[in-house]
Amino acid sequence: MDKQVHKFILQLADNELILGHRISEWCGHGPALEQDIALTNIALDHVGQARLFYQLAAEMEGNGKTEDDYPYKRLETSFYNVQLVEHENIDFGYTIVRSFFYDHFYYFLLDQLTKSKHTALANIAKSAIKEVKYHLRYSSEWMRRLGDGTEESHRRVQQAVHDLYPYTGEMFLPSTADEHMKEAYGIDCASIKEQWLTAVKEILHEATLELPDGSWFHKGGKEGVHTEKLGYILTELQYIQRAYPNMQW
Amino acid sequence: MEASMEQKFQEKIDNDIRIEPKDWMPEKYRKTLIRQISQHAHSEIVGMLPEGNWITRAPNLRRKVALLAKVQDEAGHGLYLYSACETLGIERTELIDQLHTGKAKYSSIFNYPTLTWADMGTIGWLVDGAAIMNQVPLCRCSYGPYARAMVRVCKEESFHQRQGYELLLTLSKGTPEQKEMLQESVNRWWWPALMMFGPNDADSPHTAQSMAWKIKRFTNDELRQRFVDMCVEQAEILGVSLPDPDLKWNEERGHYDFGEINWDEFWNVVRGNGPCNKDRINTRVKAHENGQWVRDAASAYAKKQSEKKSVSVA
Repeated sequence: MDKQVHKFILQLADNELILGHRISEWCGHGPALEQDIALTNIALDHVGQARLFYQLAAEMEGNGKTEDDYPYKRLETSFYNVQLVEHENIDFGYTIVRSFFYDHFYYFLLDQLTKSKHTALANIAKSAIKEVKYHLRYSSEWMRRLGDGTEESHRRVQQAVHDLYPYTGEMFLPSTADEHMKEAYGIDCASIKEQWLTAVKEILHEATLELPDGSWFHKGGKEGVHTEKLGYILTELQYIQRAYPNMQW
Repeated sequence: MEASMEQKFQEKIDNDIRIEPKDWMPEKYRKTLIRQISQHAHSEIVGMLPEGNWITRAPNLRRKVALLAKVQDEAGHGLYLYSACETLGIERTELIDQLHTGKAKYSSIFNYPTLTWADMGTIGWLVDGAAIMNQVPLCRCSYGPYARAMVRVCKEESFHQRQGYELLLTLSKGTPEQKEMLQESVNRWWWPALMMFGPNDADSPHTAQSMAWKIKRFTNDELRQRFVDMCVEQAEILGVSLPDPDLKWNEERGHYDFGEINWDEFWNVVRGNGPCNKDRINTRVKAHENGQWVRDAASAYAKKQSEKKSVSVA
C-alpha cells in the first residue's frame, strides 16, 4: 500500500466528513424550511463523499478494515482534515463562508483529480464534482445575498469572512502526502491558490465584501494538529462506538 | 342558496368526487382541513427535532446518512403539507406563527425525548407505523391537494418504518447491552404510540363530521386496534415484550385486547406538560428568530436585483 496516497485519501475523506457533520447540525434548525432541506442535502453529499473515500482507503489497507474504522476509531491527532471545516456554525453566515471558501478549493482539486492517472480517485472525483458544482453555486449565491442584502447581513458575513480567511491558507500548503501526490500523479494543491483567489475575489466583489489584509494563516490540520473544536466533534461522533465497542449497528 | 350549495357539496363527497381549491366548500370544512393539515405539517417539522438529536451521534456512516435522509424527508413532507394548506387560503407565515404561539397543535408524540440510539428504530417502527395507519386512509381524503400530498408522504413513511424496524432487528441480534437498549426503548414508546390515534371514539367530538366529509375514513379506536394487532407479531420477531399485562388474543373478537391508556398523561401532554413541550417550541422559535436576518437579506437582495432589472429594461 502506498502510505502517502492513503493519507491523501484520508485528508479528502476527513474534510468531507467533518464539514458534513458540521452542516448536518443545521438539520431542523435552518433559517427557513427550504434552507433546512438544502443544507441537509449538502450535508448528505459531503458524508456520502466521505464514505467513498473511506471505502477506498479501507480497500487499500485491507486487513478487514471498513469505512467506519476511520471516522469512529481514530483519535484527534490521526484526523487530517484542514482546520477550516471544524469551525462552528456561529450563524448562517459563518456556515456559508466556511463552505464558500472550501467549495472553491475542493472544486479545483477535484477538477485535477478527474484527470489523474489514479483511476479509483479519478472515478470518485468525476461523480463528486457534479455535486460540488451545486454546492459551489449554493454557497456563492448566498454570499451575494448576504453580502448585498441588508446592513446586518453584510456586517455579519463580512465578520465571518474576516474570521475564517486565516484558515484558508492551509488548503494550499502541501503536506508530505500532497507532495507525493504532486510527484506521482501531478495533483498539486499549491497550484490551486491563484485560481481560488481569482474566483473567490470575483464573487466577494459582487457581494460587496472584502478579503482581509494579512498573510498569516493557521496550519496543522493535515498533520493532525487541530483546533480545540475537533475534540468535541469526535466526542459526539464517536460516542456510541466508544461506549459500546465492537458491536454491529 | 347556502343550503343547496351545501347539499351539492355533500353529493360530490358521497359520490367520491374530489374537492379542489377553487370549488365551493362549507366554511367549517375549510377550517377543519386547515386545522388538520397544518397540525400535520407542524408535526413533521417538530418531529425533525427528536430524531435530529441523533444525527451527530449515529453509530456508523450508513446509519448517519439514512437518518439525515429521513429527517430531510420530514422537512419535505412539512413543505408539501404547508403548500397543501395554503390552497385553502392561508399563508405559511401565519401557520408558523400559530405553531410558535401555541395556538396550533402538533402530534404529542414529539414531546417525548429520544434518550438512546434504539429510539431511532423505535420511532420508525412504532411512531411511523402509527402515523402510516392514520395516514394511508388520507390518500383517499375528499380534499384533492391533501390526498395527493399524502400519497407521496405515505410512500416515504413506509420506507422509514421498514428502516426503523431493520435498525431494531439489528439490535435484537446483537449483544445483551443492545437487547436491553431495545427493550427499554420499546417500554418507553409503546403507550405514547397508542395515544397517537387520539381519544377513544366516545370522546372524539370531530369524528362523525369528519367521516361524513370523508376527511376521515376510520375511527380512532378502529385504527388503534389494527395497529395493536399488527405490532404484536412484529414484537415477537424482535424478541421484545410489549409493556401491557392486559395484552392478549381475544378469540371471540378476532383481535388483541389491550389495557387502558393513561388518558390523564395524554391530556397533560396535549396541554403542554409533556417532557419536551417547552424545549420543542423554544427550539423552533429560536430557529425562526435566528433565521430572520437571513430571510430579510434574501428579500432585500431580491428587491435590489429586480430594481436593477427594471432600470436596465427602462
